Amino acid sequence: MGQLPAVIVDGVLYASWMFVIAVGLTLIYGVMKILNVAHGSLYALGAYTASTAAGYWLSHGHAPMGSYVVLLLAALVVGLIAGPLIERGLLRFMYGRDEIVLVLVTYALFLILEDFTKLLFGVDPILVAEPYGLLGNLQMGRLIYPVYSFVLVAAAILVGVALALVLNRTRQGKILRAVIHDREMSTAVGINVSRVYLVTFTIGAMLAALGGALTAPTTSVQPGIGAEVIVLAFAIVVVGGLGSLGGAAVGALLVGLVRSAAVHYQPEVELFSVYVVMALVLIIRPKGLFAAPEVRKI
Amino acid sequence: MKLRDTPLLLIVALVVLLAIGLILPQWALSFVSVALYLGIVVLGMALMMRTGLVSFGQGLYYCLGAYAAGTLDHFFKLSDLLLMVVAGALVAGVVAVILGFLLSKYRDIFFAMLSLAFSMILYGLLVKSSELGSTDGFGLSVKTFAGIAISASAVRYTIYAFSAVLATLFAIGMHRYFNSHLGRLAGAIRDNELRVEYMGASVRRVIHLNYVISAVLAGVGGALMAGAIGHVDPETTANWTTSGEFVFIAILAGTGSVAAPFLGAGIFEAVRTFALQYFPNTWQMTLGITMLLVIMFLPGGLWSVFGLRRRST
Repeated sequence: MGQLPAVIVDGVLYASWMFVIAVGLTLIYGVMKILNVAHGSLYALGAYTASTAAGYWLSHGHAPMGSYVVLLLAALVVGLIAGPLIERGLLRFMYGRDEIVLVLVTYALFLILEDFTKLLFGVDPILVAEPYGLLGNLQMGRLIYPVYSFVLVAAAILVGVALALVLNRTRQGKILRAVIHDREMSTAVGINVSRVYLVTFTIGAMLAALGGALTAPTTSVQPGIGAEVIVLAFAIVVVGGLGSLGGAAVGALLVGLVRSAAVHYQPEVELFSVYVVMALVLIIRPKGLFAAPEVRKI
Repeated sequence: MKLRDTPLLLIVALVVLLAIGLILPQWALSFVSVALYLGIVVLGMALMMRTGLVSFGQGLYYCLGAYAAGTLDHFFKLSDLLLMVVAGALVAGVVAVILGFLLSKYRDIFFAMLSLAFSMILYGLLVKSSELGSTDGFGLSVKTFAGIAISASAVRYTIYAFSAVLATLFAIGMHRYFNSHLGRLAGAIRDNELRVEYMGASVRRVIHLNYVISAVLAGVGGALMAGAIGHVDPETTANWTTSGEFVFIAILAGTGSVAAPFLGAGIFEAVRTFALQYFPNTWQMTLGITMLLVIMFLPGGLWSVFGLRRRST
């Protein structure tokens, strides 16, 4: 049991990392009913852009602390460019089609973006680790963690709280909830639904890119990271219930804790444990833990 | 081409394939074998799509089939092709019967996600099981067919010919099934489940049956792949990207005919081979753009091109 604190801390760290990515996925699904496979590619694009930009910044002798700003800006830029481009250029022609067709459309987009990323950034791994170690370490009992890890936790909480506040406390949030509830009726009362879609998708894309940008300093960025992350994000949003903000948080925590417990106690089942949780939750609650009940339409 | 002529055409195609196989160079034999075993897997996918369900985890059964075949040779020294394929079909079938009880309750995105979860569980298990070679997998070889020894030079043709025979049998069987009462329920379920129930048929049982059939086909495809490539590993079988490829081929081909999956698999393999050779860094992009174009302009898949032409004449 001596490992328990480490299991919990690691689990929370892992959960906050995945939450930033999963919450964008669940937001897009909640509003647009699109399960966006290309979310993984946006994550990869964010990671690549951020590490390249931060590498450039540091190699030109600028203040190392500024690299955090560079990371954030990179995510912002990727989201602002890729989001509208994808939504206006492709997805808006697909609205109203089957959910499963939309999954296939975003899967095709995923394939395209995977190669686009390789063309843009090459296939060699990029590692810019300075921002990771810059803030020093934090000692918790016998355990030592880099402070940067806790920046991730703070970022996740910030993102979650900000989204919850916007959704529940502002006029824009009210409009968004109206669109989620009934798209046609919202159009009828004068809500510009296509603008709501555009903004939602762009915010979702930014969150994916932010997830990538924040991860970039902790690992080497290489081809294939998008494919790995997207199934994990699927697992989390499906566990929590597609389209549920709180569900994404609980799903991330559950998956994070299970995974870190597996890593500490039984390393062989690490990856396997995540999907067992996903399958079990789907078996017991077919629509996830926090999905709103749906009226059957014949 | 009239519908009832299809079996005859398939048999003609088989005879042609068997005959030209004798003079084809080795690389061409391998290429057609790939199209055949991928086609068998996608034929099963097409059956599920007719029922209105897209599995994002068909790699599960493909992988089970491949590993069943591999295990026979690797651990039991049974290097018989027929035995491998039977084992692959059996393992996949048994697992599908069990999982089918669960999955037949799920629809749409939830069906896709749960099937994805199951295949990723297998993937997660395999990459960590050192007895089965972890991420590297292990090699195997085919030495006999139904007890008859095959010379090393004839192995490739044997696998090719057996794949062709199986593909023809499955295609004819599927063609008959599509046109039977039970088979026609698939389309009805996709259109409106409730009405099917009111007519007195059990939706869950039909879905369960179709699920097992598609899994057995994937198992056979996986076993043939293992024999043809001589190697099995988790990344190219159980990972979700492989299941994605099956979905891709099924969308590309369309579900209009039992021959479509084989055509689709052939085109897919040709594009992959060509693209990997000449522009290795943009082949996925080529696939993605093709898929988008098909979804937008040919919702019935490439096969619907034939249908359009027929209607206009």
